[in-house]
Order: sequence, then structure tokens, then C-alpha cells
Amino acid sequence: MKTIYILWLRELLRYKRSRVQIIASLGQPALYLFALGFGLGPVFMKAGNGSYLQFIAPGIIAMTILFSSVFAGIGLLWDRQFGFLKETLVAPVPRLQIMIGKTLGSVTVAIIQGLLVLIVCLIAGFRPANWAVIPVALFFMAMVALVFGALGTAIGSTLQDMQGFQLVMNFLVMPLFFLSGALFPLNNLPKILAAITRINPLTYGVDGLRAAFLGLSHFSPVTDALALAAVALLLLLLGSYSFSKIQI
Amino acid sequence: MIHVTNLTKKFGENLAVNDVSFHVQKGEIFAFLGPNGAGKTTTIKMLTTLLTPTGGRIQVNGFDPLREQMQVRRQIGIVFQDPSLDGELTAFENLDLHGVLYHVPRKQRRERMEMVLKLFDLWERRGELVKKFSGGMKRRLEIARGLLHAPLILFLDEPTLGLDPQSRNQLWKQVKHLNESEGVTVFLTTHYMDEAERVAQRIAVIDHGKIVALGSPTELKEKTNTGSLEEAFLALTGATIRDESATSVDQMRQFGKMWKR
Repeated sequence: MKTIYILWLRELLRYKRSRVQIIASLGQPALYLFALGFGLGPVFMKAGNGSYLQFIAPGIIAMTILFSSVFAGIGLLWDRQFGFLKETLVAPVPRLQIMIGKTLGSVTVAIIQGLLVLIVCLIAGFRPANWAVIPVALFFMAMVALVFGALGTAIGSTLQDMQGFQLVMNFLVMPLFFLSGALFPLNNLPKILAAITRINPLTYGVDGLRAAFLGLSHFSPVTDALALAAVALLLLLLGSYSFSKIQI
Repeated sequence: MIHVTNLTKKFGENLAVNDVSFHVQKGEIFAFLGPNGAGKTTTIKMLTTLLTPTGGRIQVNGFDPLREQMQVRRQIGIVFQDPSLDGELTAFENLDLHGVLYHVPRKQRRERMEMVLKLFDLWERRGELVKKFSGGMKRRLEIARGLLHAPLILFLDEPTLGLDPQSRNQLWKQVKHLNESEGVTVFLTTHYMDEAERVAQRIAVIDHGKIVALGSPTELKEKTNTGSLEEAFLALTGATIRDESATSVDQMRQFGKMWKR
């Protein structure tokens, strides 16, 4: 447990000290929220779908957690590049504990980022339908962070250098966000797009957050939770396997 | 303390370490010298459980790095060729993290941290972020960290690379002091022959993955009929400039094999 704790604490200390990064990482969600929320708001309302800001706020929170957790997981690449990974891999502790400590650190950082963006959303005018279900929202935020933190660890264990980072960003992270229903409703989508959104784990995270914050969802919250739990388990196994195979 | 028998490591078609055998005695300072790409770091990685040998046998204080990884890791301290500190943490936090990873009890950890930080003149700077340290300070902190858990064997892979003569001098003084006072066995690699001659009791010279000579500095000079260790080294390994010989293609092959396993 001490190993997991100290590696979790390291992630938090690093996060706390990167104030510029914290502020910078709020820029993109704020841009999406204001540009899309207010820009497309009138069109969305005219179509009879209500407030677009209310609709996309859970999606923007999910996006923040997605980016933050994947990048924190990929932070392994930085640890590899700057040598710290060797220090942990040569220590007399099981690799699984190292992986869990690091992933839990990523998850915590991603949840904090998500909460910061929730505050930005509230300032912009977003209002949850029911404050009492905030713990449910926190649960879905944690699940999204766990799924993508584990994915980030799996990717970070496999990548050998920084060049692969852009590839992951353009061909994995951005498609995960855009094809999740974060920006558009999942009703009446073309068949191919509907199928893609259904196999995207972020879809269930966004849907779960919408259910918690607004009481609106495409699937049932139980389905969302089960889908996220199944993918989290699968990716944690994949992450542990990839991490166990790292050679320096 | 360290017994290596017919050790071999292949990366694809590249034979990085080729049938190497040697032993290091308890309390000895043993230098492993060779040109770039000769197989020094690969050998250290195998001795310290970071790489799996293709063939041969290793025993580190009676334990096999392949089958008894955790036992081996508890016996050793390592200072890597490249920096491995977390620059976003303070010196104290870096050491504390290391102490936890090596299961040093809290009270003993605090005492050892104070002792090694004072030994390497870093006690006053313990609360500063490591990214603000000079190269020499970082190197000293890495050695302090390697000693925190009181290892029986200390591996130093080119620890003075990029340091000024003053820092190098101070660093070797402290290593020698530790070897004498705590009986730590030291296995080191360096490109500075004068350093090896000054601190090491025995030297192995490796070239193209094979050990080409082994003995005390005096024995190596006598064997090659030269006046200095640098001349002896050049006589044994030639004067041609070397590159690292494992290509990226070799590394890709190794990566592919890792996934197949």
C-alpha cells in the first residue's frame, strides 16, 4: 500500500506544482464551452432541444477528464524519457503496485481537473437539475478517469518516444471525444455513426454524467456504469500487462 | 559478491554481450571499461534485473537476477548513466520516495536521508526542487539516493559524465570513503581512465561485447607494456571511434519479441 500511496502522492505533488499547466488545461474546455455553448445555442434551442450550454457542459467535463487522464497516463513516456521510470522499475516492488499507484494518481488529477471545469461551467450558466445527485456525477467522473487513465498507462507503456504522442492525440483521443455524443444528441444518428458511438466508452461516460446532472440519458445510468466498469477492467488488465513488459 | 558466467545478450542479430565471465569480490571497487557500444550498460542492466540475458548465468550476492529479482533489487543501489531523478520533486521528496520503494522504515528513512544528504553536501538544499540543481548536485543526489537503503552493492554507470573536475574529484572521494567505511562493493563504468585507475582495485576491459582484459591497473599496464591506463586501454581496444551498435531496427525487433512473449 505504501508504494501505491507514494506514487499516487507524487502525481498529485507534480500536478499541484504545475500551475501554468493547470490554467492552460482549462483553456480548451472553456473555449468549447463558450464558443459552442453560446455560438450554437440559438440553433439548438430553435430545433426544440433546449439549452445547448446545459447539454454540452457534461460533455465538456467528460472531455477534460478524457484528456487529463490519457495525458497523465502517457506521462509514463516522460518518465521514460527523463529517466525516472528506471528508478521505479529497478525497485524491489511489484510492477502492478507501481502501475496502480501511477494510474490512481492520473485518476485523481483528472477528477480535480473535471471539478475545476465544472466550476467554469457553473460560472458560464450551467445549472444541474438536482444537486443531490452530485455524488453520482462524481462516480461517473471517476469511472471515465479510470477507463482513460488505464488506457493512457497502456499506451504510455508501449510508446517508445515522443513522436507517437501526436499520433495518439489525432487518431485516438480526438475521435474518442468527437464521436462520443459530447457535442450532439445520440438520437437519430446515421447507422454507422450510431454504431461507432456505441463502442466508444466515452459515450457511456458522457451519458452517465448527463443522467446525473440533468436527469436526461440515452441509455440507462446502470447500463452506462456497467459498460464503463467492463471497459475499465479490460483496460486495467491491458495496462498491467503492457507495464509488466516494459524493458528499459 | 557478483559472479557472471558465460553471459550473453542479443538484440536481434546484434550480439551486445558475448560470453562474458568475471567475478567481483565483497568490498571491492571493480571498474568495467570499454568504448561506446562495447556492452557495459547492457551488462549492468542484466546484473540489475532490468534486462533478461539471452544466455549465461549471474549471481548477485547468491541470488539470480532472473528468478530472484526482488532479492537482488534489495541488495543493490544504482546510479544510472542518464539522470533518473524527478525534477518536479525536492531532493528530500526524491529520497523519501526511494526509501518507500525500498521498504526503509520511516524512522530509519529519516535518519539515513539526513546522513546521505549531509555526506554529499546537500542537506541545506534538501527542500529545493531538483530541477533547479546543477549537474554536479544532481549527480551527488543520485548517488546519495542509491545509498539510502544501505545496499551491499552500488552500481555506478558513468556517474561523472558531464561533471567538472571539482565535482568528479569530490564524488570519487565520497565513493571511496563509503567503500572503506561501510564496506559497500562498487561496480562502476567510466570513460575517464584516470578515475578508474584512482579508485578501482580491478578493471575489466570489454570490447565488442567480449572481455579483452581483466586485472589491476598495474597488471593491465604491464600486460600491454604501456605507461598509463589510457594507453593500455587504447592498446586493448584500438583507436577507432565507435558508435552505439544496436540500431533502431534491432530495438524494434526486440520490442516485437517482447509483445510476442
